[in-house]
Amino acid sequence: MKVLLSWLREFTPIPDDTDPEELGLVMGDLGMAVESMDLLGEGLDGIIVAEVLELKAHPNADRMQIVDVDTGDGEPLQICCGAFNMAVGDLVPLATVGTVMPNGMEIKRAKKRGEWSNGMLCSPVEVNLPGDAGGILILPDSLTLGDALIDALGVEADVLYDLEINPNRPDAMSVAGVARDLAARLGLPFSLPTPSVPTGSAKAADLISVEILDPERCGRFTARVLQGVTVGPSDPKIANRLTLLGMRPINNIVDVSNYVMLELGQPSHPYDLAALAARSSSGAGFRVRRAIEGESLLTLDDVERTLSDVDLLICDADDVPIGLAGVMGGADTEISEATTDVVVEMAWFERMPVAKTARRLGLRSEASARFERGCDHAAIDLAQDRFIELLGAAAGTAAEGMVDERGRLPDRTPIEVRPGRVNALLGSEFSVQEMKDLLDPIGFTTELGADGESMTVALPTYRLDSDTEVDVVEEVARMYGYARLGKTMPVSTLSGGLTRRQQERRVIRNLLAGRGLCEAAPMPFLAPGDLERAGLPGDGITITNPLVAEESVLRTSLLPGLLKSVRHNVSHRNDDIALFEIGHVFRRPSDPSAELPDEREVVAVIIAGGDATEAVAVWRTLCEGLVVPNADVANAEMPAMHPTRSAVARVEGEVVGSVGEVDPDVLEAYDIPGRVAWLEIDLDRLLAHPHGDPTYTRVSRFPSSDIDLAFEVAEGISATDVAATIETAAADLLGYVRLFDTYRGSGVADGRRSLTYAVRLQATDRTLTDAEVGDVRTRIIEAVAGAHGATLRG
Amino acid sequence: MIDELHRIAAEARTQIEGAASVDALDDAERATLGKKGSLKAFKKQLGRLEPDERKSVGQAVNEAITALEAVAADRRHDLSKAERAAQYEADRLDLTEVTTRGRAGHLHLVTQAIMELEDVFVGLGFTVAEGPEVETDFYNFEALNFPEGHPARDMYDTLYVDFGEPGRTLLRTHTSPVQVRVMQEQAPPIYSVMPGRTFRQDTADATHLPVFHQIEGLVIDRGITLTDLAGTIDRFTKAYFGGEFSSRLRPSYFPFTEPSAEFDIIRPDGSFLELGGCGMVHPNVLRNCGIDPEEFSGFAFGFGIERLANTKAGVDDMRELITNDVRFLRQF
Repeated sequence: MKVLLSWLREFTPIPDDTDPEELGLVMGDLGMAVESMDLLGEGLDGIIVAEVLELKAHPNADRMQIVDVDTGDGEPLQICCGAFNMAVGDLVPLATVGTVMPNGMEIKRAKKRGEWSNGMLCSPVEVNLPGDAGGILILPDSLTLGDALIDALGVEADVLYDLEINPNRPDAMSVAGVARDLAARLGLPFSLPTPSVPTGSAKAADLISVEILDPERCGRFTARVLQGVTVGPSDPKIANRLTLLGMRPINNIVDVSNYVMLELGQPSHPYDLAALAARSSSGAGFRVRRAIEGESLLTLDDVERTLSDVDLLICDADDVPIGLAGVMGGADTEISEATTDVVVEMAWFERMPVAKTARRLGLRSEASARFERGCDHAAIDLAQDRFIELLGAAAGTAAEGMVDERGRLPDRTPIEVRPGRVNALLGSEFSVQEMKDLLDPIGFTTELGADGESMTVALPTYRLDSDTEVDVVEEVARMYGYARLGKTMPVSTLSGGLTRRQQERRVIRNLLAGRGLCEAAPMPFLAPGDLERAGLPGDGITITNPLVAEESVLRTSLLPGLLKSVRHNVSHRNDDIALFEIGHVFRRPSDPSAELPDEREVVAVIIAGGDATEAVAVWRTLCEGLVVPNADVANAEMPAMHPTRSAVARVEGEVVGSVGEVDPDVLEAYDIPGRVAWLEIDLDRLLAHPHGDPTYTRVSRFPSSDIDLAFEVAEGISATDVAATIETAAADLLGYVRLFDTYRGSGVADGRRSLTYAVRLQATDRTLTDAEVGDVRTRIIEAVAGAHGATLRG
Repeated sequence: MIDELHRIAAEARTQIEGAASVDALDDAERATLGKKGSLKAFKKQLGRLEPDERKSVGQAVNEAITALEAVAADRRHDLSKAERAAQYEADRLDLTEVTTRGRAGHLHLVTQAIMELEDVFVGLGFTVAEGPEVETDFYNFEALNFPEGHPARDMYDTLYVDFGEPGRTLLRTHTSPVQVRVMQEQAPPIYSVMPGRTFRQDTADATHLPVFHQIEGLVIDRGITLTDLAGTIDRFTKAYFGGEFSSRLRPSYFPFTEPSAEFDIIRPDGSFLELGGCGMVHPNVLRNCGIDPEEFSGFAFGFGIERLANTKAGVDDMRELITNDVRFLRQF
């Protein structure tokens, strides 16, 4: 919402010496943040009206032309100009030599690419006027050459604020509403205009009829009639203000309609009475009703709109739609040059349906923005009079009275507010009188109870957002100033901290960073086909309204994202590409009645140039660091994984993830050379197993004995299983068992391989005798032979 | 005899001192002091002498042997030292030529920011809560006082997912649904922060990402006031940014809080950063979560993490955070 300081002053006497910057801060403190502030009419001395006499190509530059202008003395003055939007005969603003522009630049006579330039032609932005920076400002033909621009345009020193208005401030969608807030904060009087409108002998009710068929959605519908209007250009002051506030002047009727909306917040719609009367057999009239599904309407923007039964229509007396209530008028009953009699419609529509219609049709108008927030149904009488007053003589004669039909209007019964509650929520110690003094000026007129401890607060019709006690609490705080309320600290009886999972997530991150891995954070959205390209089933849950198709699938695995990240690094020839990620993946749940997808937290590691052993090593690091007992791997074939160099990661026999290398076909699809180690672990599954509980065993002080055992076992027998058998056989005498050599070749039968284990034996309470060591050795050999069909070699 | 001894001893000494290596020294020792060495041979002749002479010559022999042993030990020490020196020289390593990388891993910039924020709030007595990224309309909007059709829903460019009833399952647009889950699961008092990933229908550019992170705080207790909110924000500001920073609240609007505010961080030079939104939890939200607004009150606040992390680290383009170039990741 844009407001002009001069316009605000029409409602409240803001002192002349007010610093515009300070005033902006006050508006911000009232909840209307200043997005931009322009000091109008400043720094424009020396800018005059000039006429374009001739346009010539610049001999040495393509992006400039030479413009000869006349500043009133008939002498051509040569200017080099970078814009091409003007034609011979156009009036344009010329900054003469010596002018200091609003941005501080001084205009000098200078050669530009070898041609003299005696000043600068200005774009709207350069002279702080509405318009874009792309071209020179073309001025109205009526101006006099050589006149100072500010005099010619009637630009007065003024301040233009662009305010950010929150959805709970319908009142601040008007200049008067902003002024009311400012007046209250600054302790200044506030007054609305009191137009007096003389009327003729004709009665509005005889000229126009109104029928509300949907009183739930149309709370009030009024119509006034003006006879003998003169359609023409607006008063320059009105046109100028509209332009400054971002609306294009069209003609006096439409402009006044917009002006009243900006000033008082009430949208209106002017109709050509003759056009309205001509279209229906039963004469000029309005019927307000719900649309029928599939009905259509050509709106003012020349678009044929297909309607649904939630839209509210304004129809003519024959029930033919002429406008979309609260959103946009129809094209057929527009004011034209030929219009003599005008019907001015002002209405109040229920907020939510207007919002729905505007959203569904993608039609956000200045009017719908106001109806959505809630217009002031009580201000319609004033707005109608103001409309006529602003038209002046052009209004012709106003018919007597106003057709005024009512539907259901919002309940504005004053509410009880507990002063104690106000102070309890704000941490303040306001007396009831202080609260009243804060609330009264913004229309929340407060009656104090006789007991001094209760208040009845009126709910202004321009604040339909407010209808409960807590709304009033907010107004008290807002008018007093949030910053002035002070700062205290709550006294908590609780202690803070991280949950076990949160601590463990940090442990995991540190373990992985300790292995030299960098944490990546790829976008969790995938393109259709990404999962398949990564060798995974294409069953990701899709986003129904993605901005781009490339971001329309939720990931079921961290693999596609990390492959893309590796691909990026490979293509930039980065080295040591070793990444990890902790993130959520989403799958369709097995339970079809589940409220939400199966969302899991997963950790994944990807190492370009790494082989499966590195992935297994990272898995072991995680298990050791998190103290997960009974974790192992079991060779397996899985989608996306290398067919002969992959395994499932298990805890207590349950699969918690995959480990190994990425399928070479997948790597080829992603154009990644070499091997890529991959580990992906479902943290929800992993951490559901007992972990993080180290069991202490005393370190033995006695000497240990080492034996090496080479077994020949069939391919397919898991080396881990053999080690487990050794562990069991050695029982409490085992120090460790480590596979330190595998051998295939001469001396070993086909289909078998030799596995050599180093076994350290040790007791915690004695030195083992040779006989004991021998016994254990025999036990181990027999156990491995029995369990795995192994034979001892050598 | 004595002269003979002196001659043998002198010869032995020459032999020992002349040994050029430990091996040669071993040979020389063997030839002189060894069982069959020259001095031992000489000693064997002593039996033939008269007792008096035997005694004096014997003493002289023993002295000579002791002296030679000392010479040999010295020589051995010198030789082995020289040999070690030669070995060390052969083993010399120029450590400036070492190419092995001492590559440390790095946590993502956003992770580091989240951990730092969590630690600050844990220090202020908060716990950390989490929730799902795919949410129902109820948790993301309805329970937070955005009834269906509420215009304020438009402030969030929501992404919906193809799951369940159309338009009811979405990617959470803020971390606020976690507030609702916490309030449903836990009776007051509640002092929690909720960091997490959030989603909006947006195009990635230098200042926006469709996927980003927020952290949100929630306090529900007896007698919580707006000044408590202002005080908590201020305490956080000083803990995270430094004691010379301060904060201020400005009126704003969110359906789930009332009064609502924006909060700014004011730098020591007076300039400010608009950080986030906050307010007193709306009584409707408390009711929706089964908490009696007459008994308990509370506040909530939230802000984006990426902008904070980028500002602190001097990163000027959000997209760097999701590209995962190791040259970027290794800088933090």
